[in-house]
Amino acid sequence: MSTISPRDAEWREELRNRMTPKERTAIERVKMPELDPAYRVTCNEEVNQGITAEAAMSEATRCLDCPNPTCVTGCPVNINIPGFIKNIERGEFAQAAAVLKETSALPAVCGRVCPQEKQCESKCIYNKMKRQPIAIGYLERFAADHEVPVADAPVKATKGKIAVVGSGPSGLSFAGEMARHGYAVTVFEALHQIGGVLKYGIPEFRLPNAIVDKEIDSLRRNGVEFVKDCIVGKTLSYDDLHTMGFRGIYVASGAGLPRFMNIPGENLIGVVSSNEYLTRVNLMGAGREGFDTPAPAGRRVAVVGGGNTAMDSARTARRMGAEKVMIVYRRSEEEMPARREEVGHAKEEGIEFMTLNNPIEYLGDERGHVTTMRVQRMELGEPDESGRRSPVPIEGAIDDIEVDLVIVAIGVSPNPIVPQAIPELEMSRRGTIVVDEATMRSSLSDIYAGGDIVRGGATVILAMGDGRRAAQSMAAALDKE
Amino acid sequence: MNKIIEKVYFSENVARLVVEAPMIAKSRRPGHFVIVIADEKGERIPLTIADADTAKGTITLVVQAIGVSTRKICALNPGDYLADVVGPLGRATDIQRRGTVVCCGGGVGVAPLLPIVKGMKEAGNRTIVVLAARTKDLIILEREMREAADEVIIMTDDGSYGKQGLVTNGVEEVILREKVDEVVTIGPAIMMKFVALLTKKYEVPTICSLNTIMVDGTGMCGACRVTVDGRTRFVCVDGPEFDAHKVDFDEMLMRLKAYN
Repeated sequence: MSTISPRDAEWREELRNRMTPKERTAIERVKMPELDPAYRVTCNEEVNQGITAEAAMSEATRCLDCPNPTCVTGCPVNINIPGFIKNIERGEFAQAAAVLKETSALPAVCGRVCPQEKQCESKCIYNKMKRQPIAIGYLERFAADHEVPVADAPVKATKGKIAVVGSGPSGLSFAGEMARHGYAVTVFEALHQIGGVLKYGIPEFRLPNAIVDKEIDSLRRNGVEFVKDCIVGKTLSYDDLHTMGFRGIYVASGAGLPRFMNIPGENLIGVVSSNEYLTRVNLMGAGREGFDTPAPAGRRVAVVGGGNTAMDSARTARRMGAEKVMIVYRRSEEEMPARREEVGHAKEEGIEFMTLNNPIEYLGDERGHVTTMRVQRMELGEPDESGRRSPVPIEGAIDDIEVDLVIVAIGVSPNPIVPQAIPELEMSRRGTIVVDEATMRSSLSDIYAGGDIVRGGATVILAMGDGRRAAQSMAAALDKE
Repeated sequence: MNKIIEKVYFSENVARLVVEAPMIAKSRRPGHFVIVIADEKGERIPLTIADADTAKGTITLVVQAIGVSTRKICALNPGDYLADVVGPLGRATDIQRRGTVVCCGGGVGVAPLLPIVKGMKEAGNRTIVVLAARTKDLIILEREMREAADEVIIMTDDGSYGKQGLVTNGVEEVILREKVDEVVTIGPAIMMKFVALLTKKYEVPTICSLNTIMVDGTGMCGACRVTVDGRTRFVCVDGPEFDAHKVDFDEMLMRLKAYN
């Protein structure tokens, strides 16, 4: 837990005594100012505009500064939530950001993409009072956005070279922590831009590239080096890394092959993975003036899946000019893994929700372009091993839907490149790297791993938590050598 | 940024580029490809590596100007830079001593065929090359092939050079003449389809190298998927080489037109 803003600090006690809990709970939860749906679907601007300092301080005042803050237990990396919130209440925004940075490498990112309603905010005491929880996500974003770039000199890298495979959230988090420990860190990225899924996956209207670039620049200032267009396992081998003098390797190579359903017609033109669709638009600039990469044209678009990537794909298709965009999901809305806010935003933008429908076949025209999605209507049966009620087909309830673009967003499997290149590495049957959960160390003593390559599918915050934990244990192990 | 060291035109629309890429030169094997981005607003396109020089730290690419990106790349001159080159990607060719191997290619497919021909010869195979083109001027790398192979057969559609006929006529002639243990084919999808149909008839194992639409080239996007033996495979990570008798070429030909 935090060391810089403990609960027993004098100022926090004064703050607690400033108002009664009754007065605090009487304050209305802040509302996030958003761009108007009709306007935002015409552009890529960030939908959530961020709250004002005044609104943030008012929201922070709602927080009761509980003696046993349950919100912290809901956070996968146990951020000192009351510690940063109370700093906002007293107007010490830079201090609030400093508390966040103690635990999270990329709070400006997490404040925007974490599923707070399932994590910290779900554990807020306000829920027990049947009131809306503290807007922890909004406050995190506020504090992170108001962070003043740290002026202190970077730690001198004197302890040897460390390689990071992948520049997504886990790799970035690891790199920052390892640089702080005095190691010379080089991050190798396969693509031509740094940031991994934060760049190719999450759209600008949800996470602007400028926010990601700010974090990357701050790592650069702290001595982290980035090498793009370099695939560890292809361009450089494990042996090459040793020859180059790297003492430790953190593998955060993330997701690999997109999953398809293996149903008839899935290879028709116009059926694409969400990875392909989002990469074309987000990373390659498809649809933007002057960029060469084409985007698959879609007037009537179906997006298969119910996660954040499905919402991102649907909302991107809307911004690319689709007239009708449908989310096709085999369970009900309640079971959707997407953040509530994204579901809400998607609906405001006119995305139609075809829940309890499962595609079973695609039909195309003579040129091989998809024209029809055949769906099986479903109903909810008994709960499955995930605890969610599993969908069961309703016999004979089959519909044909006219489509000209289908985006399949049903998940990805772990990236196979590093495991293929280093066969000695112990792998799970699911294709993930096996690590010691406490240290994130793999079966090879100089390789640590985290994020999607270990978890299969993880959230940004968990991936970052892995990076930080791996850095701490790698630094401890190397410092002993 | 990768500097272009040398550029030679094979024909009006086909250029051979020698590009600075020391790490790729060192790690590439026959069969590998790279993803190239011409400039900062460019596409990511796959190009098979035709040759490499580890001492000079260069790779050789043979590019036919047929689309937006290939035209941009062919317009570059020595001293200019490609925005990005990443690789080597895909699985390398499985080169083994099989006996007699026929390597046949058409168009720019002849360029990536060259390192395979060299590899097959080095592995101890009797190596026969069949080069095909519409007309004499479009036959490329003939001298290099003659240096590397035991025999080179040239086929032209119009009969202006070598024998008149298609690549399949040249391959069939060899199969009828002697025992062939393996065929390797690289070229336009339609050409590989007919080579596969021919060799299937004679039951000669055949490897083809597919060049599909790709975005990332590292297994993330799935744009390159093809059906092989009834299963969906990704050309970028499962290929680019497959058993030609099992590839659904009609589906591949259809998917190549996705953005036409």
